[in-house]
Amino acid sequence: MMGEEFVALSLTPILIGTLAAIACALPGNFLLLRRQALIGDAISHVVLPGIVVAFLITGVVAAVPMMLGAAGAAVVAVVMIEAIRRLGKIEPGAAMGVTFTAMFAGGVLLLEQSDTSTVHLDVEHALFGNLESLIWLDATGWSSLWDRDALAYLPVELPRLLAVLIVVALFTWIYWRPLKLSTFDEGFAQSMGIRTGPLGFALVIVAALAAVAAFDAVGSIIVIAMFICPPAAARLMTNSLGAQVAWSVLFATLSAVLGYVFAGYGPIWLGANNAVSAAGMIAAVSGVILAITAVAGPCRSRSGAPAEG
Amino acid sequence: MLWHALTLQLGYNATLVTLGAMLLGVAAGVTGTFLFLRKRALVSDAISHATLPGVGMAFIIMVALGGDGRSLIGLMLGSAASAWIGLLCIGALTRRTRLAEDAAIGAVLSVFFGIGIVFLTFIQTMSEGRQAGLEGFLLGSTAGMLYSDAMIIAVGGALVLAAVIAFRRPLSAVAFDPEFAASSGLNVPRLDLIMMGLVMAITVVGLKIVGLILIVALLIIPAVTARFWSERVTGVLWVAGVVGGVAGYVGAALSAIAPALPTGPVIVLVLFAMFALSLLFAPARGVLAAVLKHLSFQKRVHIRQGLLALAQGQPIYEKLTLRLLQRAGFARADGVATTDGKARAAKALRDETRWQMARSREEFALAATFYDGLTEIEGVLTRDQINELDRLIGAPRGVPV
Amino acid sequence: MTPLELATSNGARLQNAHAGAALAIRGMTVSYGQKPAVFSVDMSVPVGSMTAIIGPNGAGKSTLLKAALGVIKPLAGTATVFGQPVADARARIAYVPQRASVDWDFPTRVLDVVLMGLYRELGLLGRLRGTHKAKAMDCLARVGMQDFASRQIGQLSGGQQQRVFLARALAQNADLYLLDEPFAGVDAATEKAIIDVLKSLRAEGKTVVAVHHDLSTVADYFDRVFLINTTRVAEGTVEEAFTPQTLQEAYGGRLATGQLGQTALGA
Repeated sequence: MMGEEFVALSLTPILIGTLAAIACALPGNFLLLRRQALIGDAISHVVLPGIVVAFLITGVVAAVPMMLGAAGAAVVAVVMIEAIRRLGKIEPGAAMGVTFTAMFAGGVLLLEQSDTSTVHLDVEHALFGNLESLIWLDATGWSSLWDRDALAYLPVELPRLLAVLIVVALFTWIYWRPLKLSTFDEGFAQSMGIRTGPLGFALVIVAALAAVAAFDAVGSIIVIAMFICPPAAARLMTNSLGAQVAWSVLFATLSAVLGYVFAGYGPIWLGANNAVSAAGMIAAVSGVILAITAVAGPCRSRSGAPAEG
Repeated sequence: MLWHALTLQLGYNATLVTLGAMLLGVAAGVTGTFLFLRKRALVSDAISHATLPGVGMAFIIMVALGGDGRSLIGLMLGSAASAWIGLLCIGALTRRTRLAEDAAIGAVLSVFFGIGIVFLTFIQTMSEGRQAGLEGFLLGSTAGMLYSDAMIIAVGGALVLAAVIAFRRPLSAVAFDPEFAASSGLNVPRLDLIMMGLVMAITVVGLKIVGLILIVALLIIPAVTARFWSERVTGVLWVAGVVGGVAGYVGAALSAIAPALPTGPVIVLVLFAMFALSLLFAPARGVLAAVLKHLSFQKRVHIRQGLLALAQGQPIYEKLTLRLLQRAGFARADGVATTDGKARAAKALRDETRWQMARSREEFALAATFYDGLTEIEGVLTRDQINELDRLIGAPRGVPV
Repeated sequence: MTPLELATSNGARLQNAHAGAALAIRGMTVSYGQKPAVFSVDMSVPVGSMTAIIGPNGAGKSTLLKAALGVIKPLAGTATVFGQPVADARARIAYVPQRASVDWDFPTRVLDVVLMGLYRELGLLGRLRGTHKAKAMDCLARVGMQDFASRQIGQLSGGQQQRVFLARALAQNADLYLLDEPFAGVDAATEKAIIDVLKSLRAEGKTVVAVHHDLSTVADYFDRVFLINTTRVAEGTVEEAFTPQTLQEAYGGRLATGQLGQTALGA
């Protein structure tokens, strides 16, 4: 499994899955602690209408307009949720429910009404992604990693997700202190002059960016699962924010790698011939990790946290 | 065509499905209101996504037992079982760990959905699975529905609605005030369980028509829409039931004339249209009304504060205050009071002094609690009481009252 | 002072008082929905004083403090700190929010919370050095919490949480300290520790303003009071402004005047 075939068929999907998982897990940590875990759910639903609208306007399936369309949809969704919550005095969960179902429904209908038969754009792709197809056919083995010509034919999702992950990581690193402070104690942060409103909005936009890039490659199930499961499992492992983020990166990586391997090889080990959905399996593995930490994580309960020092 | 669909003239199956969708919509609107009032709206999202592994598993089991796997009843039973497991997982995560409910909902939703997708892709590789049409459960579809399926949906919708009606009183008592309900002898945990059972039943019955991704809209949007029209629990329940019923009816009827369209999104957009109209134009809580109310309130505050400043010869610091005073004809652009403004300012200061006196006297203690800077003293105290206050203050003559 | 002058803002005289004030609030109105929680409040806190903001529950005490800090947006009014707009004077303000306003299950340690008080100084990416930690430890020692530095914050008692919040404010090394209910629900030892720290701050020439609800300790702890019940009722030294008349006016029927001095209200 580690030979030429691995590099050509499995290496790039695994890397893409891992990058997507980490890019979503990083902002997911803060969303989790802010009790906004479901924002990830909402964003991943509204990416579809964003992409469809971008396609209808430009007429092509290209990365940049679709990213812009999806990011725009995320902004519309966040503004709409806030507007419903504040103006209608509706609790945030219900406001989210109204917003993302309506936008998702609009996206599906637009998609069904428009002629997308020539392009690869459909609801199932949006939900499950297409991780298995992101292969690197020009690779002939590990040496291809140093081969300029082969590298030129890497799936475009790989460098794109790498770029997005760098942006997400930089945002997390640069704004670590304000993010930490405003998540823990918003009033105090404001008294220090931190503009918590715009910062919270920026966090959601960064999460949306991660969701959009990941969505294109791996579909919305992974996006939701990676926003929530690795950070949640990580929270049960530690009582330090830095360590929590590190654990969440580890769990995201584990989910992506194991999920891809199980989806591709699991059925074969069990005697079946065909692989199952990698996206679904990655979400399932992240769920198993969360279940294990919920049963055995050292910091799983509020009261039973061990004293450190 | 549209008229034919809306008047149920498109054949027996379509009529059954449309009526079933309407009954289901009413049941969902009412049950969703209970969820919404208990602030647990998104639990339904987790429940609906958690049905997918059950659908897949049921199909696989039915095929393994020699059937063709497409029996709607069998798939519904499977979906109910896995939704129940999902609900138990949410409960376990929130009770046993430090995770909050939103995280538990998101985790269950995505993980169960992921497992369901794994099953679906497995089913696609089975020889029986190629035409299983299980994808229809994602977004809902009424196309090519069998008579027996239509019957199940109509009967299922009626049964769920009957159950909702049977439990409406204790459930609304719990939704309105859980603590009071508990103190008056209602078993709140059991009623919560019944509520979740109803949510599950609606999800399972609605699976085929609305699809599991969007069924949550049928539970949430009617309640949220209704909240704009009524401040009373019964009122919200009625409006939500009507909104849900209309959406179910119109959505299913529309999809009967456009079989290519998935039904779920059509129903959701009908719901959203009703919601958007309510959000904008509802008389008391709508956005338009709220904006107008806020602007007039802000104006009252600024004019009142401005008048008090004028009465005491203070400069007016805020431009908005001055502009509003000017527009009302109480002050000139340079901040000097007009004759009218002087009279109003004196009256404002006089009332402020009366309030202050009221606060300092025990006999007016109750009335003084109404003070908020804006409430007119004449609305709280009688003429005689105000005269008594004026006597205590030692009113100078000539101040207009 | 005639009733007319007491009634609301009093013009020119007030402006002079504002000039040298540590905290000056003018015409502040804040409302939640359609009812003002705070109406047209003026306040002037002299430099080096220790002021208690008192009033019945729901009288707008915390709201006034938060609006002055810009934590909530007022409908009308302005606040200045040492003559500057609040936004320009952030470095001179330390704030202790209500203990219950944060999630104590947040994954962090006591020392990290105190270090948050240094975030302005550190900037976004400034390196956290040994001197910063030493400073935070000093602040913890001032409130008697040095032994808890590496404890997870969820394991602290209410009083310990309050001391950590005070230590964080000390780390801000400010000139004006604003505290929201610092004595709410804390044990006697913590109350003593906190008031000792606050008094030492005053001795250093700092200004302290605290929302307070225990009328029996006002005279011992503070030198000035600000009585509020939606609008300002009285303001001044304890002798001037903390009288049966002003209390009656602020609390109305909710406080029998005879109980003054012995009753801890709403504790």
